[in-house]
Amino acid sequence: MIVAEQKDIAEIIPMTEGYQNILVIGCDTCVTVCLAGGAKEVAILACSLRLAARARGKKVQVDEISIERQCEKEFVDSLQSTVRGHDLLISMGCGIGVQTIAEQFPNLAVVPALNTKLLGLPERQGVWVERCQACGQCILDKTGGICPISRCSKSLLNGPCGGSQNGKCEINKEIDCGWHLIYERLKSLGRLGCLEEIMPAKDWSRSRNGGPRKVIREDMCL
Amino acid sequence: MVGLGFQQALEQNQFVITVELAPPKGTDVSRMLACAERLKGRVHGINVTDNQSAVMRLGSLAACHLLKERGFDPIYQITCRDRNRLALESDLLSAAVLGIRNVLVLTGDHPTAGDHPEAKAVYDLDSTQLLQVITRLNQGRDLSSRSSGGKPLVNGATLAGGTNLFAGAVVNPEANPLEPQIWRFFQKVAAGARFFQTQAVYDLERFDQFMGYARELGAKILAGVLLVRSAAAARYVNEHVPGVVVPERVVKELEPSANPLEAGIRMAGQQIRHLRERCDGVHIMAIGLEEHIPAVLDEAGI
Ligand code: SF4
Ligand code: SF4
Repeated sequence: MIVAEQKDIAEIIPMTEGYQNILVIGCDTCVTVCLAGGAKEVAILACSLRLAARARGKKVQVDEISIERQCEKEFVDSLQSTVRGHDLLISMGCGIGVQTIAEQFPNLAVVPALNTKLLGLPERQGVWVERCQACGQCILDKTGGICPISRCSKSLLNGPCGGSQNGKCEINKEIDCGWHLIYERLKSLGRLGCLEEIMPAKDWSRSRNGGPRKVIREDMCL
Repeated sequence: MVGLGFQQALEQNQFVITVELAPPKGTDVSRMLACAERLKGRVHGINVTDNQSAVMRLGSLAACHLLKERGFDPIYQITCRDRNRLALESDLLSAAVLGIRNVLVLTGDHPTAGDHPEAKAVYDLDSTQLLQVITRLNQGRDLSSRSSGGKPLVNGATLAGGTNLFAGAVVNPEANPLEPQIWRFFQKVAAGARFFQTQAVYDLERFDQFMGYARELGAKILAGVLLVRSAAAARYVNEHVPGVVVPERVVKELEPSANPLEAGIRMAGQQIRHLRERCDGVHIMAIGLEEHIPAVLDEAGI
């Protein structure tokens, strides 16, 4: 899932400056699960914005809605009638949600209420951790199913580095060393021999460094 | 009195002494050069750090050049943290034309440890891959995957003149656990590392165990010796320098001393005596106390 967290209200309020009719839009998918931008968070943010407007003696209308998925045009299109009369849309979706809304409503201002953080999973109640950076060329087959790109602080392909100590990463004793985990896992799988092979320099052009990416399935195109 | 250069001395099985100097944070190189002058004739090579601990400083390559001009044999430290493969290869060619032959390849401490923690970390290559790159440059080829005309290249482009670099790497015999480091060590030897400078060595029993592996591979090992000025400095190193752990017994020995720097010098000298029979040389890291390296060498009887 995509994990996000809400921006500080002090960062959101200035984004609303000069607007009178605001619609706060939640998303019922990933950001609901990570408690950042679902219907409940929409209600709280809308309420805070109303209070903040009142405190500054401003007359501002703040409405709320949440849709199933902000990252699909079909769902965002269902907002056509709801957005009417609003001059600012605040998306509580991930960065993709914000942009889908912006694309569907070219004449309306859209701002983000969340910081999109990572692709990961809930580790335990209230804690989400990163597991993938969408590098475009998955190598989990070579690393015992543990991703060195997202779990090693330096995204090393041949680790661990000299900073790994007692299974923890040099940048923070709270962070597990990704390469220590890989080593332990390969060991328990009886596949330490994998480490004999030096992994070649990664083709980062398949990642973000190749420019904006696109997936095309010719057979599915209409 | 040391007569030979770094590589020659290693190849002739002398006990090799290297020290580490950090370029200044700025353009005033006087202290760095003065420290180097005091080491003239006493060390085989001088390592120049590359934005050590991710703290921005004068470039390692320029500092190596200044040392080379003054008759020293510099060991150019190059990390993977700040430069992508284009810049790394290009800098290695630059080193070669400046007559700098010894290169120590490191991953590089993460930017969050340093003074520009907001910086984008590069790590386009890792240190093992960078060693492979040097092996290739030495063969007169680079890492490019296509020609300037766009044709795919399987084995890189042929350079108009290759390099003749003497590449080394780092290993941490005190890492806990040791086994993952040993795998990395094997990889680095396979990738072309011909000498190793280690992190600070304290536990001689563990070091002997490590040397068993090293001897099997025929790798030349220079054991790291750290000079610290006080117990507080040792604790600081433990907190802030990745991969270095000054054991509590050493910290305790520095603590009650009226002149902890003197005690530190004595301990470093003793450590060199212990290491003399065990490996191919020592690499002295004095972090800000470079003026005192000659005293450490006196203490070691070198
Ligand atoms: S290797 Fe790449 S695609 Fe696979 S999990 Fe890691 S970042 Fe994601
Ligand atoms: S300590 Fe481990 S996770 Fe951290 S940078 Fe080094 S190899 Fe990567």
